[in-house]
Amino acid sequence: MYSIDSYARFVTSLLRGYKMTSAMEIYQLLPKTNCKKCNESTCMAFAVALLSRTKQYTECPPLMEEDKYIDSRQKMEIILKPMEGAEETGLIIHEELCSGCGNCVVACPVNVANDPHGSGRGFGPTNEKVIFRVENGKVKAANVKECRRFGKDKILCRACIDPCPTEAIEFV
Amino acid sequence: MTEPITWTCTGCALLCEDIQVYIKDNRVEKVEHACLKGKARVYGCKHTAMSTVDQGEVDVNNAISQAAKILEKAKNPLLYGWSNSTSEAQVAGIELAQTLGACIDSTSSFCQGITINEIINGNVPSCTLEDVREKADVVVYWGADPMSSHPRHLSRYSYFPRGELRQRGYEEDRTAICIDVTQSRTAKISKGMFFSILPGGDAEFMRALMDGLAGRVPKLSYDFDVKRILELAAVLKKAEFGVIFAGLGLVYSIKEEFDLISEFMNTLNRFSNFFLIPMAGHFNMRGFNHNLHEETGYIHRVGFTKNGPVSSVEYSVVEQLKHGADAVMVVGSDPLASLPLSISRRLKDIPLILVDPCSNLTTRVADVTIPCGVSGIEVGGTAIRLDGKKMDISPLMQVDGLSDEMIVRRIMEEVS
Repeated sequence: MYSIDSYARFVTSLLRGYKMTSAMEIYQLLPKTNCKKCNESTCMAFAVALLSRTKQYTECPPLMEEDKYIDSRQKMEIILKPMEGAEETGLIIHEELCSGCGNCVVACPVNVANDPHGSGRGFGPTNEKVIFRVENGKVKAANVKECRRFGKDKILCRACIDPCPTEAIEFV
Repeated sequence: MTEPITWTCTGCALLCEDIQVYIKDNRVEKVEHACLKGKARVYGCKHTAMSTVDQGEVDVNNAISQAAKILEKAKNPLLYGWSNSTSEAQVAGIELAQTLGACIDSTSSFCQGITINEIINGNVPSCTLEDVREKADVVVYWGADPMSSHPRHLSRYSYFPRGELRQRGYEEDRTAICIDVTQSRTAKISKGMFFSILPGGDAEFMRALMDGLAGRVPKLSYDFDVKRILELAAVLKKAEFGVIFAGLGLVYSIKEEFDLISEFMNTLNRFSNFFLIPMAGHFNMRGFNHNLHEETGYIHRVGFTKNGPVSSVEYSVVEQLKHGADAVMVVGSDPLASLPLSISRRLKDIPLILVDPCSNLTTRVADVTIPCGVSGIEVGGTAIRLDGKKMDISPLMQVDGLSDEMIVRRIMEEVS
């Protein structure tokens, strides 16, 4: 039986780790019967679909209906909760951690390309095309479709995560 | 949405001049580009100070008269604070000290004053933050954690932005080095170039680094990988335009042998091109040092004696509070919260005048409290940034209250 603390640590590792590791953790909570009732070929495929947010865990009938999976259901809810606030790119900003330093504003390659004389030079953004801007001491995201993690040719860009001293920016 | 006002932030000594503030009905609606410190500054005090005499509420004119009486009666008054005031208020404060024959000192007395003194006297080379942004390729944060103290330092000037000669910014063109006793937020950003030293071991590390620069094998009394010091020395030697940001950690650690700083800078400049910038905290701390230096030739700890202005340790706020001062006027500071109790304890025994916009711990023991406008929000003027550049500060909104400069000038009128 896991404690709440271990789950908190697990959620943190889920958020900060790589997708495959996290999918495995989600898979462990699924029935692992490959019943295909969710229209996925295997439970592992369903776990990956959950992580990429194309499916909801409520779409697994055995998990929702059978009493022996009550524990797993509750744990799944805890694990997937932080992903609810994620943008389309999987971007989550923890406002309570943000100090408004603007490192991400200046480091983001999209910000620099769209506003080279503002964000690129260290000033506050001078137009609306940027992804990150600081408002009331907290960073806010907009135009997330411009993010290099979005779209067909997405790449695993970490330009806003690495400069953040408080780990306030994460991708799921 | 209302039109934004471009504002110079007075949250810290970086004085960011690109802040956009939206004001509606004389209230701040939204602030853009400012960090949390700047946001807190622009939204003002949580609890504003009241005009009081002996903890009883009075008219502000009575409070000023009472303050003038206390200062006139005192044989050895001390005027302290000033780092959160505009340069105009500081000049007025220096004039008041001259009139009274008082001691005047600022928070720089136990902060970066010693570094600023070296820079003003030309013993240590310094540059502006614009130079850092356009040219710097190696930045060293020594005993400083700007990510906590000056949140926009790295993003506006020292590491992340693209500059004239550093078009690829932090990605390829800049190296950030952090030397500190703890793995601070800044250390996290400098990653592999974080050097963890022992508390109080800055002088030893500096000497080891000088050995490394000169091609000798560095020696340290504790276990530290010598190869890493040599690696650091190699990075410093290769720098085209290097900057050392001296934090309070460094200053406190080597204040007994401060000549070491100029010796280190000279050694460094034999091999490359390095400058030093003090990480001043309050927005106009350096301004006080410059203004006092212009008037008296000293940067802080000045006593106006019969033989003219004299500067020595005995005129410092610490010594004066311990024994010496028989009345204290504090402007824009909270000595009870910022100084050790062993020093600030005497404040409750001697007459204390406090000029401050906000209610703080010192308000509770002050004999006279005079509320003033917040510099940079309700009061405009000029200030000097941490690198020595003079900046204009315009007020954000109109208020009826007095500025700290007006209060000091009115006290001066009453005592003279």
